[in-house]
Amino acid sequence: MDISLQNIEYRYQANTPFERLAIKDVSIDIPTGTYVALIGHTGSGKSTVLQHLNALLLPTEGTVVIGNHEVKAKQKNKNLKQIRQKVGIVFQFPEHQLFEETVEKDIIFGPMNFGVSEREAKERARRALKQVGLTEEILEKSPFDLSGGQMRRVAIAGVLAMEPDCLVLDEPTAGLDPRGRKEIMDMFYSLHKERNLSTILVTHSMEDAAKYADQIVIMQQGRVVKQGTPLEIFSSVSELVDMGLDVPEVVRFQRSLEVKLGIKLGATYLSIEELSSAVAELLRGAPV
Amino acid sequence: MRESVVSLKNVSFQYEDQNRYALQNVNFDIYKGEWLAIVGHNGSGKSTTAKLLNGLQFPQQGEIMVCGIKLDEESIWEIRKKLGMVFQNPDNQFVGTTVQDDVAFGLENHGIPRDDMIFRVEDSLKKVKMDHFLNQEPHHLSGGQKQRVAIAGVLALRPSIIILDEATSMLDPKGRGEVLETVRALKEEKGLTVISITHDLEEAAKADRIIVMNQGEVYREGSPEEIFSMDDELVHLGLDIPFSIKMSNAFRAKGINLSKHYLSEEELVNELWTYHSKI
Repeated sequence: MDISLQNIEYRYQANTPFERLAIKDVSIDIPTGTYVALIGHTGSGKSTVLQHLNALLLPTEGTVVIGNHEVKAKQKNKNLKQIRQKVGIVFQFPEHQLFEETVEKDIIFGPMNFGVSEREAKERARRALKQVGLTEEILEKSPFDLSGGQMRRVAIAGVLAMEPDCLVLDEPTAGLDPRGRKEIMDMFYSLHKERNLSTILVTHSMEDAAKYADQIVIMQQGRVVKQGTPLEIFSSVSELVDMGLDVPEVVRFQRSLEVKLGIKLGATYLSIEELSSAVAELLRGAPV
Repeated sequence: MRESVVSLKNVSFQYEDQNRYALQNVNFDIYKGEWLAIVGHNGSGKSTTAKLLNGLQFPQQGEIMVCGIKLDEESIWEIRKKLGMVFQNPDNQFVGTTVQDDVAFGLENHGIPRDDMIFRVEDSLKKVKMDHFLNQEPHHLSGGQKQRVAIAGVLALRPSIIILDEATSMLDPKGRGEVLETVRALKEEKGLTVISITHDLEEAAKADRIIVMNQGEVYREGSPEEIFSMDDELVHLGLDIPFSIKMSNAFRAKGINLSKHYLSEEELVNELWTYHSKI
């Protein structure tokens, strides 16, 4: 599903003394099948942008295009429910939103709310559980008897059971252990590829942005300050550092090695594998 | 001879509704003035260990000694003055309506006289560099700032041991840095003992000593160098290895002979420079 934010602005509590401009002139294109990472400090406007992607917030200026739907500022907008069915958001700490008596009821709540039959919803619940790496035995348990990691997975299964065309992920792995983090991120990525989804990931992890995203969008003080491929973005280290942002460890390592050895490698490398090959070649081929 | 300030002897613990032991026959000591990192996958027993140390739960078997006192329901209040805990979620542990009320809360509970209390509140907020925020409300603070206030609340009771129970895992990189730097400075200044329960392997690499927990047991104990030389074994335990070690492994696989495991990027860069200058 193609998504496009066109010059959107959002003011909280518009036309009141408490009015506050949160984002301004934000334009981001997310064609079908694209994986976009959104990065920036806490308070840079990332979450406000996110909430426009399924019309939880409506822009005070500009247009949001989601598939065949258009949400325009200052207009009466219909069909918001259809948009919300297509866009699945995994919020931060989604396990805080679990509420039903059993895991199964919790997962089927979303799909049934959008008119999916109970039978179909239950089938989807089983598929979604499998995707997140849990077994069916868990279906009849109370979500509150599960471990933190399991609760996170159940909450994610609830979003997957909606079978969205667009996945919006807001720091989906915060607080998980390294293995859990990798499993969940890999799962989202294979789903993204399999179903040709549009995926938007909000993250503080430059490692994840470099590894999974096709495009990276950097936000600062409510505006988009830079967009590009991971290679483009991470090739200008100093610019990122000036913005107070991190760079992937492998990029940082390459820079300190280049400085120490007084040389410049031909390219920027985003994986340990690539960088170690390039350096090994240099060390082997170095003149005696 | 290192002085043991906390000691666990044959400690086992099982949650009421579970058939598996969360901790089984756990033995270890924590020494005065060290930074000890306890790592392990979700469900390995590391958070249960923290709860037992602070008397939020009591072991079914074995005993825990804190500064020479046996931890039980009688001694718990005495022990909580010696051993303060900072929890994971900054929003769940802010109890006051302002920063100074929040820090005063613990002191009130311990019946500290008012004059002393006022002094201690300001003093401990100064130590975490939050003394300009005395009357701020929590929702005006960032996650890192809230955690620093939580640390001040702990410090005000003048503990000799501080436990960080995944205290930085919900923070952004900046907040994480703020909190760890604060604790590191306090450790130096006051000779605090720090027990950090964490998933952050880069942080653990800077500890004096690491304990790896797995399925309710102590799996391994050693210096960061020793622990991270376990390489793939750690990955099998659901953990990870620090970047510099992954990088040096990759170099080794490509025929670059490096002499040891590098826990910091700087060391590895220096070694490669030496290598480069020799050829």
